[in-house]
Amino acid sequence: MAVVRFQVAALSAAFALCTAMSNPALAQKAYDSGASDTEIKIGNIMPYSGPASAYAVIGKAEEAYFNKVNAEGGINGRKIKFISYDDAYSPPKTVEQARKLVESDNVLLIFGSLGTSTNGAIRKYMNEKKVPQLFVASGASKWNDPKQYPWTMGWQPSYASEARIYAKYIMKEKPDAKIGVLFQNDDFGKDYLKGLKDGLGAKAAMIVLEEPYDTSEPAVDEHVVKLKASGADVFLSITTPKFAAQAIKKAAEINWHPVHIISNVSASVGGVIEPAGLEISQGILSASYTKDGSDPQWNADDGMKKFYNFLAQYDAKANKLDAGVVFGYAAAQTMVKVLQMCGDNLTRDNVMKQAASLRDFEPDTLLPGIKINTAPDNFAPIEQLQMMRFKGKAWELFGDIISSDLGH
Amino acid sequence: MSAAEEVVAEGNEAVEAVPKRAMTLGTGTSLVVLLLLIAVPLFAKNFVIFQLTQLLYLGLAVLALNILTGGSGQFSLGQSAFYGIGAYVTAVMMEQFNVPYFLCLPVAGVLCFGAGFLFGQPALRLSGVYLALATFALATAMPQLLKLNFLEHWTGGVQGLVVTKPDAPFGLKMSQDMWLYYFTLVVVLMIYVFSVNLLRSRSGRAFMAIRDNEIAASAMGVNVALYKTLAFGVSAGITGVAGGLSAIAVQFVAPDSFTITLAIQLFLGMVVGGVGWLPGSIIGAAFIIFVPNIAEGISKGLSGAVFGVLLFLVIYLVPHGARQVAILGQQLAGRLRKN
Repeated sequence: MAVVRFQVAALSAAFALCTAMSNPALAQKAYDSGASDTEIKIGNIMPYSGPASAYAVIGKAEEAYFNKVNAEGGINGRKIKFISYDDAYSPPKTVEQARKLVESDNVLLIFGSLGTSTNGAIRKYMNEKKVPQLFVASGASKWNDPKQYPWTMGWQPSYASEARIYAKYIMKEKPDAKIGVLFQNDDFGKDYLKGLKDGLGAKAAMIVLEEPYDTSEPAVDEHVVKLKASGADVFLSITTPKFAAQAIKKAAEINWHPVHIISNVSASVGGVIEPAGLEISQGILSASYTKDGSDPQWNADDGMKKFYNFLAQYDAKANKLDAGVVFGYAAAQTMVKVLQMCGDNLTRDNVMKQAASLRDFEPDTLLPGIKINTAPDNFAPIEQLQMMRFKGKAWELFGDIISSDLGH
Repeated sequence: MSAAEEVVAEGNEAVEAVPKRAMTLGTGTSLVVLLLLIAVPLFAKNFVIFQLTQLLYLGLAVLALNILTGGSGQFSLGQSAFYGIGAYVTAVMMEQFNVPYFLCLPVAGVLCFGAGFLFGQPALRLSGVYLALATFALATAMPQLLKLNFLEHWTGGVQGLVVTKPDAPFGLKMSQDMWLYYFTLVVVLMIYVFSVNLLRSRSGRAFMAIRDNEIAASAMGVNVALYKTLAFGVSAGITGVAGGLSAIAVQFVAPDSFTITLAIQLFLGMVVGGVGWLPGSIIGAAFIIFVPNIAEGISKGLSGAVFGVLLFLVIYLVPHGARQVAILGQQLAGRLRKN
């Protein structure tokens, strides 16, 4: 087995030498390793196996999207070579795969790798090597830190931005609210809570009770009872799906009817609302930034038509109801946009520069009006969401697109 | 099939007759392997060196389990817990208290020895599958314990902790990866020699006596309780050092790194390498590092299934793992020499 490795290493070393030697001839075009006249190599790490393998559809959708781009002629004549490895959601394996991509496969950049601790494991390495770690698929807010980590950028709205949007909504619609917060006691919950407090600013005293729960607890019932007793009339449930459903059930059981907001993570109709009960879930609020592939209101939408055509042509096996497919499509589209902007200057420096200068870019599968904007001091591409209310059997969007910027 | 059975039988005979030979490699072979381990990194890329470092510290963790199972006959599915403790102790000491990395490892080893020894006390009353279950509980509990709030100040909670990779000392012109490889190699060799000597010593014979027949061992005057916990402690201590090395090499620790999957991988490595055959530990480690990559290369969607098939083939064809292959090779070489 080791022998095979060495052959690969020798081959890629030879390859690196060849590309290095051919470089001076192309003075007007600039390349770093992983890019050439004919090809751009993009690395990616996904949990194809292990506990988080449900997210692997994102990687498959991205691969299919790059296949589509290649079939249509590539980016400025260059084909994308998408190399995606499995890390089984284990941080040490992520490090191994990232090093393989950078040092052995010589990719130009790593795109869309999934997970908070997995990406945390390679962030320092990527920044030391100065290889772009673009559009990390994780909602932690720490990916937006261009000063310390100028080679790492997130993509989706962070948990903190989402929470700020709820804060804005509450302050506008219910300025005298008493907010009870149920939050998962980990990075996800804490990121969220911090975002909520930032959003409320001087009015943080509106929070009457912060009630943490641990994922090891079998049920959150007693926490919900406590929150009701606190006199809260807005219930913000920062929970993962199983607990979100429990909280909805328990609140109905003890006849508590606050303004109930659940996090986007748990906004799945099939995974949370239906198990909890459609009847008692009417009027629950949440926020979203992607179009729902199962929602008939998008059937006539141009972006979604393109998306459905893409699925039919390049990824027939994908489930359009799966939010991961919509997500992967939009993320891959953003990546392609950045590479197009790079033109013939495919250096890692320029890739980061272009990624940090996206202006009002609108991927097909994001909600109308949600625009991707980045700047050298803003590495958080998506910062807008729209509120939605559960009605009948589906979510209904309402109100304007809300930006999570403080002070707007 | 009968030929294979013969080999196995011969292998077993060897264990009882000359335990020294059966546990280790001959001097000549050892030297060749050592030379290879020293020379290969000089010609390899940093990524390959990193993989070889992985091979060494995972091999060390498999070796620790091998002492426990192959030596004293106790099962453990909780090695990931000790590995995690070792990794965290090293990472926290290095990052929060600025202790040099080479001092962290002994501390990690001693702490894990203590943890293993203590855990060995109640585990004594259990044997076979029940002991496996108790250690399994330890492995499942560990990631959650590492997330505990009051430890978060040091451990960084779910976010984990980034570790700074040490530079080569004395102004050596050597990449960090290569320096770490040789550092790991020295540590692993020291522990390997220690383990071989341990198993050859009085204590080692006591371990094996317990493994083969507990009642007979106690009748011979072996303090069964003491030696069982001792085996647990030694195994946990070595695993802790392996974990510490992994933290330095990977430059990151997080609770997700030390799940039950890791414990099962180590167990797998031990079986593939050959239970009770210490050099097999490295081969077992190679199996758990490289075979999943090969399986992924064959089919991404079915990598787990491909891995399963490969594992099944190994168990079916060479049930005693790498050790059996080694014995076969030895016999072949012997026959050639005769001709």
